[in-house]
Amino acid sequence: MKPRTIVEKIWDSHVVAEKPGAPALLYIDLHLTHEVTSPQAFSTLRERGLKVRRPDLTIATMDHSTPTTSRDLPMLDTVGKAQLDQMEKNCKDFGIRLYDLKTTKQGIVHVIGPEQGLTQPGMTIVCGDSHTATHGAFGALAFGIGTSQVGHVFATQCLLQTPSKSYAIRVEGVLKPGVSAKDIILAVIARIGIGGGTGTVFEYQGSTIRSLSMEERMTICNMSIEGGARAGLVAPDDTTYQYISGREFAPKGADWDAALARWKQLPTDQGAQYAKELTLDAATLEPMVTFGTNPGMGIPISGAIPDPASVSDPIEKSDLIKALKYMDLEPGKQLKGHKIDVVFVGSCTNSRISDLRAAASVMKGRKVSPSVRMLVVPGSMQVKKQAEAEGLDKIFREAGADFREAGCSMCLAMNGDQLEPGEYSVSTSNRNFEGRQGKGGRTFLASPLTAAASAVTGVVTDVRTLL
Amino acid sequence: MKFEKIESKIAVLPIDNIDTDQIIPARYLKSISKDGLGEGLFRDWRRNADGTPKSDFVLNQPQAEGVEILVTGDNFGCGSSREHAPWALVQNGIRAVISTSFADIFKGNALKNQLLPVVVPADAHAELLKSPWALVKIDLAAQTVTLPSGRAVEFPIDAFSKTCLVEGVDELGYMLQQDPAITAFEAKRIGSVNTLR
Repeated sequence: MKPRTIVEKIWDSHVVAEKPGAPALLYIDLHLTHEVTSPQAFSTLRERGLKVRRPDLTIATMDHSTPTTSRDLPMLDTVGKAQLDQMEKNCKDFGIRLYDLKTTKQGIVHVIGPEQGLTQPGMTIVCGDSHTATHGAFGALAFGIGTSQVGHVFATQCLLQTPSKSYAIRVEGVLKPGVSAKDIILAVIARIGIGGGTGTVFEYQGSTIRSLSMEERMTICNMSIEGGARAGLVAPDDTTYQYISGREFAPKGADWDAALARWKQLPTDQGAQYAKELTLDAATLEPMVTFGTNPGMGIPISGAIPDPASVSDPIEKSDLIKALKYMDLEPGKQLKGHKIDVVFVGSCTNSRISDLRAAASVMKGRKVSPSVRMLVVPGSMQVKKQAEAEGLDKIFREAGADFREAGCSMCLAMNGDQLEPGEYSVSTSNRNFEGRQGKGGRTFLASPLTAAASAVTGVVTDVRTLL
Repeated sequence: MKFEKIESKIAVLPIDNIDTDQIIPARYLKSISKDGLGEGLFRDWRRNADGTPKSDFVLNQPQAEGVEILVTGDNFGCGSSREHAPWALVQNGIRAVISTSFADIFKGNALKNQLLPVVVPADAHAELLKSPWALVKIDLAAQTVTLPSGRAVEFPIDAFSKTCLVEGVDELGYMLQQDPAITAFEAKRIGSVNTLR
């Protein structure tokens, strides 16, 4: 048999039907849904008199529009409240399990899936959210879909899909202290550009990736879309199995043994072909920070902001000029030392317990700069609980940071947590697009370590000087 | 609804990597319907903080009245999966976007909303960028774009999406017809798939 990549193996085992001249009908094992991209899909079901075919394979949460202030307070945003109320009604009407704001399991959709053992190797997983690739850390084929497709999955548990090519991204060697998973993915995107992976699925490989924890792998897979790939994954290994074992929805007993046997067949066969390949040397990586208005505009912390004069393509040149104008930055200068107003630790990229531990390790015994407002938003209520059990909340609060309830928060500023026009943030989130964190706001993307270090000093900081 | 030929002036937005946060900012995503999303199209590029139009933005030019084709830089529609982006474009009368490439999710979303993503070669793209408000024709059945110079270039589209647009095929209806195959697949996979119980 022809050697296959993990993506091809998952694809082959999920094709329901293939007709000439049409995309394959691909079965979806797990459908995650949230309040922002589902309402119009539920409307379609109602208009056409359809049911959700497999409510047992569908999980809903509330995360994007949700306040991160105390859950005891009434929600002031009436439009956001209406969206949450609609979600509750939709889930009730269609029999879908919902983790709403009253439950202890609520959180960002891409944090709670893995946390509860819903995310498993070899699955096809979709969500009306571009960061669904996060689940690829488990060796699942996971990708974001639009609302029409959310409706398709509700009604048929399938999607019409054409196969994607595989793009091998190898990271080899040992990371230096202060350099983390976030820096790896920011370096990858800076290298290939934000359209570099269009039409492909990233398969992250190499000794560095193998040495990473599941949470670190999730950070990397999460930002696959920022490199243009709808999905990105890591073949499962013992780290994966250990993480899943014992979680609520993980297989148990004989089912576990059977699952494990299946999962061990997933890794890419020797000799399988990749459409593209890239190799990075982990030892050469530094903490990364973005300077511009897309995630590909990133530089090592010791690097300089690029000069449009050195860019030959006219559109690329004008885009860089536009980005630097929006960011109000000067070419040739370092970002290090640039004054900031806000630090955000959170989002589906970096809001898990290990991210909070990393930030707290820098904050401990230090204070947030008086000129900085720092928001720490756990990815889920379970992460929050764990952080409190470890006393991380106290470290953040004693340093002067705000420690909040779970949600997407300032990653996309739908819930009232946002930058004011002109403000600069160091953010552990995934997008630095114009206005992403609030109209007129300016975002420097970085790791939790870099974010915490910058919160303490009030300027963009090389965390290695504080370690 | 069948997709007809387009003959329209082109509005040119020569920027690479236009993300869906620019096409429609997240604050417009709290709606539970599709109504009124057109208001959010390119909102922060199109309007000042007080809501008045920015006079230099392409879609605020008097010539933009009735424009059905937008020409943009590379990798249009990158970022979020929000289908609100094509909804907002369509609600503003845009029926086709011409670029050198599109982000995958946006392209899929556009095709499901009668919005045609048209990828043209670099030289044709360069001609379009230099010809704001020129008349351009798009014939989906023939898969051609007729440039302002009169030269016609072909563009790719997968056969299924084309059929759906040209014939007005309802994609969900097509999928629902395959219910027996889905049921058979599910029966076969019991025991090999982890259900959530």
